[in-house]
Amino acid sequence: MSATTHGIEPLRRVAGIVAPLDRADVDTDQIIPKQFLKRVERAGYGQFLFNDWRFHPDGSPRTDFVLNQPGYAGAAILAAGRNFGCGSSREHAAWSIADYGVRVVIAPSFADIFESNCYQNGILPLALPEEEVAGVLARAVEHPGYALTVDVEACTVGDAAGWRLGFEIDDFRRRCLLEGLDDIGLTLQLEAEITRFEERAAVRPAGGNR
Amino acid sequence: MNARPTTLFEKVWEQHVVRREEGRPDLIYIDLHLVHEVTSPQAFAGLNAAGRAVRRPERTLATVDHNVPTTHRSLPVADPVATRQIEALRENAAEHGITLYDMGHDRQGIVHVIGPELGATRPGMTIVCGDSHTSTHGAFGAIAFGIGTSQVEHVLATQCLLMERPRSMEVRYRGRLGPGLTAKDLILHTIGRIGVAGGAGHVLEYRGEAIRALSMEGRMTVCNMSIEAGARAGMIAPDQTTFSYLRGRPRAPAGKAFDEAVARWSTLRTDRGARFDRVVEVDLADLEPQVTWGTNPGMVVPVSGRVPDPADLADPDSRATAERALSYMGLEPGTPMQEVELDRVFIGSCTNSRIEDLREAAGVARGRRVNPRVNALVVPGSTAVKAAAEAEGLDRIFRDAGFEWRESGCSMCLGMNDDIAGPGERCASTSNRNFEGRQGRGARTHLVSPAMAAAAAVAGRFTDVRSRM
Repeated sequence: MSATTHGIEPLRRVAGIVAPLDRADVDTDQIIPKQFLKRVERAGYGQFLFNDWRFHPDGSPRTDFVLNQPGYAGAAILAAGRNFGCGSSREHAAWSIADYGVRVVIAPSFADIFESNCYQNGILPLALPEEEVAGVLARAVEHPGYALTVDVEACTVGDAAGWRLGFEIDDFRRRCLLEGLDDIGLTLQLEAEITRFEERAAVRPAGGNR
Repeated sequence: MNARPTTLFEKVWEQHVVRREEGRPDLIYIDLHLVHEVTSPQAFAGLNAAGRAVRRPERTLATVDHNVPTTHRSLPVADPVATRQIEALRENAAEHGITLYDMGHDRQGIVHVIGPELGATRPGMTIVCGDSHTSTHGAFGAIAFGIGTSQVEHVLATQCLLMERPRSMEVRYRGRLGPGLTAKDLILHTIGRIGVAGGAGHVLEYRGEAIRALSMEGRMTVCNMSIEAGARAGMIAPDQTTFSYLRGRPRAPAGKAFDEAVARWSTLRTDRGARFDRVVEVDLADLEPQVTWGTNPGMVVPVSGRVPDPADLADPDSRATAERALSYMGLEPGTPMQEVELDRVFIGSCTNSRIEDLREAAGVARGRRVNPRVNALVVPGSTAVKAAAEAEGLDRIFRDAGFEWRESGCSMCLGMNDDIAGPGERCASTSNRNFEGRQGRGARTHLVSPAMAAAAAVAGRFTDVRSRM
C-alpha cells in the first residue's frame, strides 16, 4: 500500500465522552467560521471549532455552549441533530473536529460533502435512527460525562449501562477507517487503468467534448 | 439501438467510469478541475510533500476569488494571512503549469462565473472544485459538484475521484414564471418545498417548461443552489440556449468542431421512460418573489407573507430550529415581511452576479435613489462581467442611485475579505446562504433575487418588485 500523504490514523475503537449538540442542520459555517479559512496549514484548527458559539467576540468562553460546560471537556464523540455538516464544502470543518479530539460524530443524517470529508480524515460519521440519537442526546445532557464505546470492527455502539446497538456502514469506508487508508494511495495503484481510459476517451465520440 | 432508457445524469456518469468493482465506490474521471486560493493550499502541500505531479494541468484552471479585495486592485492585499494564500496559489500554479486567472487578469472572477464564461464548462463533462457551489456548472448538462481538500489533492494527483454513484431525482416544474419572477424565486421556493436536506444523496435534474424558458444565467442560479437543498449536484439538459451561449467562447470548440460538439451534446438528455429514484413536482402557478426569514435557505416565504410562528410547527426539532433562527434574526412571529427594514444590500456572489442579474437589478434601480439608511453594494461576478456592465452603462445607473460599484470577487457572500455586515445589521442579499454569521458575526441575511434586492435598497425594506417595474 502506498504511503498516505497526510497520515490517517486508523480508527478501530473509540471510547469517550459524548458532547450533545441538540441542533438540526448544523452548517459548516458554524463548525468553523470563515475567518479561520485563510491558513495554509492542515493542523491546528481544534481551537476554532464552533468558534462563534463557543466564544464571545472578546475570546472568553460562552458558558451556555456544551464544550465549555463541566463534564464535556475532552469529548471524543459528538452527537447532534439531523443533516449535520450542511453547507460549505470546507474540509476545515472535519479538520477542526479531528484536531479537537473528536473521532466519531453521531447524528440521524449527514450532509454529503461533510460525510465524505470525515472519512478522508479518519472520522466516523455515524448515522443512527432518529430515536436512538435522541436517546443518546438525552442521556448525555442528563449525565455530563456520559460515555460511549464505538467499535468500528464489530460495528456496534454501546454504553456502560448496557445499551448497545449494531450499525451498518459502507464496507469500503469501514475498511479504510480500520486500516487508515487514503483514497489517493488506492487510486494511484490504478494508474494504468486511468491511462487506458484517457486513451479510449480521446478516440471515442463522447470523449471529444472534453 | 434499443438500450434501456436512461437519465441525463446516468449517461454522463457512465461515460466517466474508469473502474467499477464490487464493494468499492466507482472510480470516475474528472474532465475539469477548478481551483481557488482557500481550499487548495493544503492539497498542493500534500502533493508536493509526496513528490507527486499534477496529472493533467491542462484540465485544471485556477483563479483567486474568495479572499480578494473588491476595492482597489492596484494596492497590495492588506490582510497578510489572505496574501499568503493568494501567493501560495501563484507558486503552486506556476510550479505545476496550471493556468491562473490572477488579480489584474481580464478573466479573473468568481470560479463559478468564469468557468462558463470561458467556455471551459461544457455539456457532458464532470467538473469538480473545492467549493460547494460547483453545482452551478450543472446548468450546462455537466455533472458538477463540490469536494473537500483531500479530494482536491486526489484529483490533482489522479484526475479521478472514488465515489459512490449518487441517486437521481427529478424536480419537475408545472407552469411558467410570471412577469417579475426570476430563477432565484423558483429555486428558493423549491428549497422551501423540499427542505435543506431534501436532495441529500441525489443529483437533481430540473425539468419543465419554466426551466427550458430560462437563460443560461438563470439556469446557473438554479443549479448553483442545488447544494442548499442538500443535493450532490443539479443538472439541466443542454439545448439551443446552451449551445448559443457557448458558441464563440474562448475555450469552446470552434468552427466544424463546434457543430460536431453540438451533435454530441444534443444526445445528452433523459430518455422517455427513464426512471428517476425520486420525483418531486413543484407548481409555479401562485409563485411570488421569495424572501428568506431565517438562518437556512429553506426558511423562505413569499414577499406578501409574514414571519412564521414556530408554534405552528408540529415537529419539535423544526420548532426549536425556527425559534433559534428568529432569535438570531431579531424577528417577531407574524411580522409582515414588507415591514422588515434593512441596513445593507448586497448584489453579487456566484448565485447572482452575472450580466443578466446586474441588468435586472439596474432596471429597478434606474432613476431611483437608495434609501439613505441603506448601504448598498454591487460586486460583479467577474472582471469580464464588470467590463460588460460598464460598456452598457450599468455602473452609472448603480452609482447614480447610490450603490457602490466594486471589483469582482466573492465579497460579502461569505465575508472573507473586508466586505462584511456588522453585528445585528440586516442585509438583503442575492447570495446563497443566510447561515448565522455568514456575512459577518451577528449579521442577519435575507436571500432574494437581484431585482428584489434593488427594490429593497430603494425602499429600505422588502417590497414586491412587481409593483416597481
